[in-house]
Amino acid sequence: MRKTSVLAALVAGVAGFERNALANEWNMPVGVTEVSRHVYGLHMTIFWICVVIGAVVFSVMFYSLFRYRRSKGAKAANFHEHTTVEIFWTAVPLLILVAMAIPATATLRHMYDATEAELDVMVTGHQWRWHYDYIGEDVNYFSNLATPREQIDGTQAKDANYLLEVDQPLVLPVERKVRLLMTSSDVIHSWWVPDLAVKKDAIPGFVNEAWTRIDEPGIYRGQCAELCGKDHAFMPVVVHAMAQDEFDTWLAERKQEAAAAASGVDRNWTLPELMERGEQVYGSICASCHQPEGQGLPPTFPALANNQALLDDLEHHIDTVVNGVAGTPMPAFSGTLNAVDIAAVITYERNAWGNDTGDIVQPSAIQAQLSP
Amino acid sequence: MTPVQRTVTKTLVALVAMVGFTIALVPLYDVFCQITGLNGRAASEPKAFASGNVDESRYVTVQFITRKGSGLPWRLEALDNQIRVHPGQAYEVDFVFTNYGKVAYRGRAVPSISPGEASLHLRKVTCFCFQEQRLEAGERVQLPMVFQLSRDLPESVHTVTLAYTLYPITDHMAASNNGAISQGGDA
Amino acid sequence: MAPKIPPKARLEHSESVTGGAAVDEHEHHPSGPLRWLLTTNHKEIGTLYLIFSLTMFLIGGVMALVIRVELFQPGLQLVRPEFFNQMTTMHGLIMVFGAVMPGFVGLANWMVPLQIGAPDMALPRLNNFSFWLLPVAFLLLLSTLLMPGGGPNFGWTFYAPLSTTYSPPSTTFFILSLHMAGISSILGAINIIATILNLRAPGMRLMDMTLFVWTWLITAFLLIAVMPVLAGVITMMLMDINFGTSFFNAAGGGDPVLFQHLFWFFGHPEVYIMILPAFGIISIIVPTFARKPLFGYASMVYATASIAILSFLVWAHHMFSVGLPLIAELFFMYTTMLIAVPTGVKVFNWITTLFRGSITFETPMLFSLAFIVLFTIGGFSGLMLAIAPADFQYHDTYFVVAHFHYVLVPGAVFSIMAAVYYWLPKWTGHYPDERIGRWHFWLSVIGVNLLFFPMHFAGLAGMPRRIPDYALQFADFNMASSIGGFLFGFSQLLFVWVVIKCVRGGETAPAKAWDGATDLEWSVPSPAPLHTFETPPDLRRVAG
Repeated sequence: MRKTSVLAALVAGVAGFERNALANEWNMPVGVTEVSRHVYGLHMTIFWICVVIGAVVFSVMFYSLFRYRRSKGAKAANFHEHTTVEIFWTAVPLLILVAMAIPATATLRHMYDATEAELDVMVTGHQWRWHYDYIGEDVNYFSNLATPREQIDGTQAKDANYLLEVDQPLVLPVERKVRLLMTSSDVIHSWWVPDLAVKKDAIPGFVNEAWTRIDEPGIYRGQCAELCGKDHAFMPVVVHAMAQDEFDTWLAERKQEAAAAASGVDRNWTLPELMERGEQVYGSICASCHQPEGQGLPPTFPALANNQALLDDLEHHIDTVVNGVAGTPMPAFSGTLNAVDIAAVITYERNAWGNDTGDIVQPSAIQAQLSP
Repeated sequence: MTPVQRTVTKTLVALVAMVGFTIALVPLYDVFCQITGLNGRAASEPKAFASGNVDESRYVTVQFITRKGSGLPWRLEALDNQIRVHPGQAYEVDFVFTNYGKVAYRGRAVPSISPGEASLHLRKVTCFCFQEQRLEAGERVQLPMVFQLSRDLPESVHTVTLAYTLYPITDHMAASNNGAISQGGDA
Repeated sequence: MAPKIPPKARLEHSESVTGGAAVDEHEHHPSGPLRWLLTTNHKEIGTLYLIFSLTMFLIGGVMALVIRVELFQPGLQLVRPEFFNQMTTMHGLIMVFGAVMPGFVGLANWMVPLQIGAPDMALPRLNNFSFWLLPVAFLLLLSTLLMPGGGPNFGWTFYAPLSTTYSPPSTTFFILSLHMAGISSILGAINIIATILNLRAPGMRLMDMTLFVWTWLITAFLLIAVMPVLAGVITMMLMDINFGTSFFNAAGGGDPVLFQHLFWFFGHPEVYIMILPAFGIISIIVPTFARKPLFGYASMVYATASIAILSFLVWAHHMFSVGLPLIAELFFMYTTMLIAVPTGVKVFNWITTLFRGSITFETPMLFSLAFIVLFTIGGFSGLMLAIAPADFQYHDTYFVVAHFHYVLVPGAVFSIMAAVYYWLPKWTGHYPDERIGRWHFWLSVIGVNLLFFPMHFAGLAGMPRRIPDYALQFADFNMASSIGGFLFGFSQLLFVWVVIKCVRGGETAPAKAWDGATDLEWSVPSPAPLHTFETPPDLRRVAG
């Protein structure tokens, strides 16, 4: 039969193509979790069912188009409506759908099976970065895009992980069930890592739950999947999965670092010290909205350079950074930055770009606001 | 009436019905959330404790997470971040609110529960989240939250996370209906 | 099925029957621009709708090309992300509300009265009003691009709170313009329902109507049902933005997810509003050029109705990743998969109609055949998206973009083009230039596939939608898409050329321009005179 051989050739062609080394870049990744493998299997099953149905339907169609051309003298028949045929082509798709629904239901149940996790991480979406908080461990940090501006603007060559690299990835142990609690501090974001087959929306005011159990150590990259404003394309997700003992060491180091940072609160900082630190914080946290030179993007994001209302009122400035402004994109940083970073960035904003107020804000003054 | 007028009248009635239905969808959604536990909405209403024995053989971890929205110089913390509970038993957890601003503010802690199905089995008789709070400048108050996880909590749930996000209340906002329907407790 | 055209003799000597409305209004036409502003003639208003739709299609297309230029290679070259987001948003809004929907309304205005033997629409003055709302609405929408902070930048789905608390100041104008477009659609739908239910020629039963009229009747009911929901949801947005309510704001006790439920309760039926009339068009053109009656007329009607009913039960499949309870995910997965059954019935019917026909390949037929193949491909990716666990990987990626463009461009848009090529002889009295038409078709088909097929791969490989810049592994797919985009975009100029050429002249078309055509519109002269069926044709069968 010519029809079957065409079909076979088509299937073989696509299958050969899939086995190709390109598979990763052309298809959904198989991933590194049990769930992601299930999802991949489901995806391929449905795909092949569609290919087969498509091949059958389109062969009949193109056969008819070819065979019954009027230019070849085809005379039209005049048949229409045939109950048996119509019942057949309603019932068969229904059966195929049931066959698809069974494995899909099983996979979905598995994804929703929230048995006890060994590690809980709170993932908070911000415009436009992720914040990770290891619950009960006193370790939390922002994860910012690490791709330099020059690469985006094309003045510098782009590296391999262009737009998929961050300053501090989410570090997770392998072979442990990790519960990810998702929320957002502003608009809706969506945390997605294809290799883990986890995609969950981070919704302001509400907590969503997802889990993963990574089988292989490695670095897995993903992106925010829900339009969240102008830098939606620039808030990647990077997960670094490592063995449990390495993870423990890493976690201990992070705790020490956090403690060291906290100890810097009590001493007196000089203006150059604060300016240096502040420039760093400003660049990674504030510049995406208020712009690198503090010029802002009015009307949504006000300018900080030469903003007289801001410069005249230090207390208001501190209050804005610490507590945010309701009904605007300005978030409260009291829960996400430490006192040193907040003091440094305020000092920087009050002395950079011609804002030469000379004001110095000491971390100790901020700390008082964070925990009275 | 001409037949055209009759048809147009009927379509307009259907249209008005759909407008009404749209308005009704907002409270209907709340009812839907109460029933299914979606978004942990059920946690913002007081409920009477379910009677019955305490399941001493089973432990469930309850985590408390406090977060803060923009524009409120407050701090909210749970005195215990995590407790282990038996389903059926009542517990009290204390939360501390502090206003370190220079003036009085009003705020509300909006609850959310994960996993969503747990919210159907969480019964709170007392919670600061049932109403708004007003704190004078520099005021610090300790408020209790008394809850019970009912015994019919599904076996698969081992950890329940209760998150409270603090939001300011402006007069503007308080004066207007927020779209949520209020349902009396069944206590 | 009874033959749709009565014997010629009956047509010419049909008795005068009451039921025609507003016949006398057309007698004294003002001339010049005022004529178009004040016209109440369904053909003129239909023409206005079609010209408006084409204009919007070209404007939305230019925005699409801005998007494709920016995505031609990684990095930010042409536009900043703020403007890119405005382009994606406006492109979507303009194509959905400005091009596809008015395109179908224009076709309905022209063809529904002609196909049911009515002298005009039932409410001609309302018809004029619903058209003229549209240019005002879209001028307002386009003007937001020039306002401080720019135009809408939150995607055509305008999810809260990005579209409320975090939106640009122009959002209030966006809401106003959407309200106007919505009112226009509702009024248009009321008019179409009133026309179809009351002005059918005597003897034409519902089951004698063409499928285009049937699908439009069902579409009009869908519009009546869901446009108020859209109006409601944007009114709530307006109140959240300007009057301090908190429908979608967690801070005041609201819920951003409520927005998505409301939006998609409107949005999914809206998707079918944009495809059901297309099904009707294809169901008319395929039998014409296969010279064989449609295989299953009744089952097509039932399939259309079941798709319409199911469309109210599937909305949350757009929201699988918002954290729905398991039971809800399963429910929406099953109902969504179910839609494949009536849709399959339609495709099988078209193909069986082709089987043992006597087929020719004029331009309208070419577009219809491409519709069947490419829409089916879009249907397959839709079925894949219905599978909730897999949807976690597809959701909000280019796979979704590929899916809905396959059903909307070679789906809805191709069907409108097929309809235009099919009915141009009736509208202008000339056949469209077959040679340019073929060029237009082949360049469009190649362009559209080069444009949208690689998006499947980009999405599967992990490219999120609505991003102005992307990682390097997506570069080849995007370059191919951009080339296809330009090919498709510029070949539409051929379409404009064909239409203008056809209006000006060309091979003269007889009343029955296509030998296989059987519907009532082919019984009036070509070009159709301004007033037709002032005495309705009598289609009553002889008793027994």
